[in-house]
Amino acid sequence: MAQRKAFRWHIAVFLAPAVLVYTAIMIVPLFGTLNLSLFNTGEEGRVFVGLRNFATLFGDPRWSASFWNALGNNAWFFLVHMLVQNPVGVALAALLSSPRLRGAAFYRTAIFIPTILSFVIVGFVWKLILSPIWGIAPGMLDAVGLKSLFAPWLGREGTALTTLALISVWQFVGIPMMLIYAALLSIPDEVIEAAEMDGVTGWSQFWKIKLPLILPSIGIISILTFVGNFNAFDLIYVTQGALAGPNFSTDILGTFLYRTFFGFQLQIGDPHMGATIATAMFGIILLGVGFYLFAIQRRLRRYQF
Amino acid sequence: MSQARHSTARSLAAHAVLILYTVIALFPVFVVVINSFKNRRAIFADPLAVPTAESFDLVGYRTVLAQGDFLLYFQNSLVVTVASLFFVLLFGAMAAFALSEYRFRGNMLMGLYLALGIMIPIRLGTVAILQMMVASGLVNTLTALVLVYTAQGLPLAVFILSEFMRGVSDDLKNAGRIDGLSEYTIFFRLVLPLVRPAMATVAVFTMIPIWNDLWFPLILAPSEATKTVTLGSQVFIGQFVTNWNAVLAALSLAILPVLVLYLVFSRQLIRGITAGAVK
Repeated sequence: MAQRKAFRWHIAVFLAPAVLVYTAIMIVPLFGTLNLSLFNTGEEGRVFVGLRNFATLFGDPRWSASFWNALGNNAWFFLVHMLVQNPVGVALAALLSSPRLRGAAFYRTAIFIPTILSFVIVGFVWKLILSPIWGIAPGMLDAVGLKSLFAPWLGREGTALTTLALISVWQFVGIPMMLIYAALLSIPDEVIEAAEMDGVTGWSQFWKIKLPLILPSIGIISILTFVGNFNAFDLIYVTQGALAGPNFSTDILGTFLYRTFFGFQLQIGDPHMGATIATAMFGIILLGVGFYLFAIQRRLRRYQF
Repeated sequence: MSQARHSTARSLAAHAVLILYTVIALFPVFVVVINSFKNRRAIFADPLAVPTAESFDLVGYRTVLAQGDFLLYFQNSLVVTVASLFFVLLFGAMAAFALSEYRFRGNMLMGLYLALGIMIPIRLGTVAILQMMVASGLVNTLTALVLVYTAQGLPLAVFILSEFMRGVSDDLKNAGRIDGLSEYTIFFRLVLPLVRPAMATVAVFTMIPIWNDLWFPLILAPSEATKTVTLGSQVFIGQFVTNWNAVLAALSLAILPVLVLYLVFSRQLIRGITAGAVK
């Protein structure tokens, strides 16, 4: 094998289309955006300003207030997903995977339906349901005697963001459910049988045997949730508009980027500051993914069957 | 005996929880669809009632069909989704085959490079993508959307499909080589048919975000002639906020196509996932 083989053209042919499209439409623009953040519009067109845009974003009180507000809201948005979406998804998957459960296919299909709907549908449907005008939510609370609990949740600064996060959880709970379900099904029967022989059943079986085995899947779901949340835009835009009202209380990085880049109402669009925000988001996502890969994923113990 | 009763109670509890969650998942969709068939007064008087002969009214649907060009939007969405899906599956499968079948220098590196896109969202490149599309005159064309969605879908497709292609028997491929088949024939005739379940999984995972995307249609192709269903219904609902019949009908019309597609593919999806596509 010391002799080098002739160049194998078919490998290049197989790889070329995907690599070309991916590089041209995804990688090059990504670096283009990073590059754009280093420029600004001066008197004679575009001038190189180095890191001054970042200095504006973090230093100028108006910019930095908006940025930290968006970042804080985004972090809360993510936290709600981690605390509600993923545990509920795992619980549903655990129930679905219990042996001899009738109708599992039906439940699986039905619970996944919200995930396939677009944000436009989800946003408006919930806006209608929670609307004080239509009265479905107050009417239903009234039926169980809790009418006093009702408030226009989407319209209040204190509750709007959490409500939106829960709507998003409602929509996406199907994804952790499906992935964890698949992971639970792939646990070999011998392992479960051995546990049962040792008298480990029910709850303790789930906590002591199954959960450690599906931890890698939970890790993957967490990182997917992280990337998805810090990149979210649509749901907020559809329900609250690009101004992410009331009073920017639901502003997250995606809506902040959109508003800055394209402008909205009184604000003029600014591609350079937009690119600066996109670069900051890129950095945040990279930090999160890097943290996961180096700090968490390495410590997860994987089991081979 | 007590063991049996115990497990009956447990499975009842499991069913109760699952039914409760199924109701939570389906309730909003149900409310919208039943109310889209009712007249205005019935919508407000009793939102939870199913339409009766008295309250049945199609006025919402008539407004939608008269006002918005929903047939065109639907056609645009379909063209964009099908074209992107085709390219993602074809290019993705080809690249996955190259990565999983041949050993060459830079194989690992190429795999990592292509997988990068799973973690980094293409949206962060929007600023530069828009400038590129403006420069090449592709703004407000469906081509721009197809290009972007193809790039967006490729990383995951390559990742999942190459996992699957590693499982295709080497003996089969080598038998083909001995029979004098070219590498291209081996790929298209032998390997592709064998990874069909994986292709279906990738198709579903690729299709849903494309059909539902609001960001790129809004930025790259917002013109009347290139609006997709998602953008079209967003704009339509924005204009008709107070016309509840029209809003509910538009929502129902937007739900229907994805629902049908999902129900058609759902069996394949489950099979693909549980076969170990995404572990």
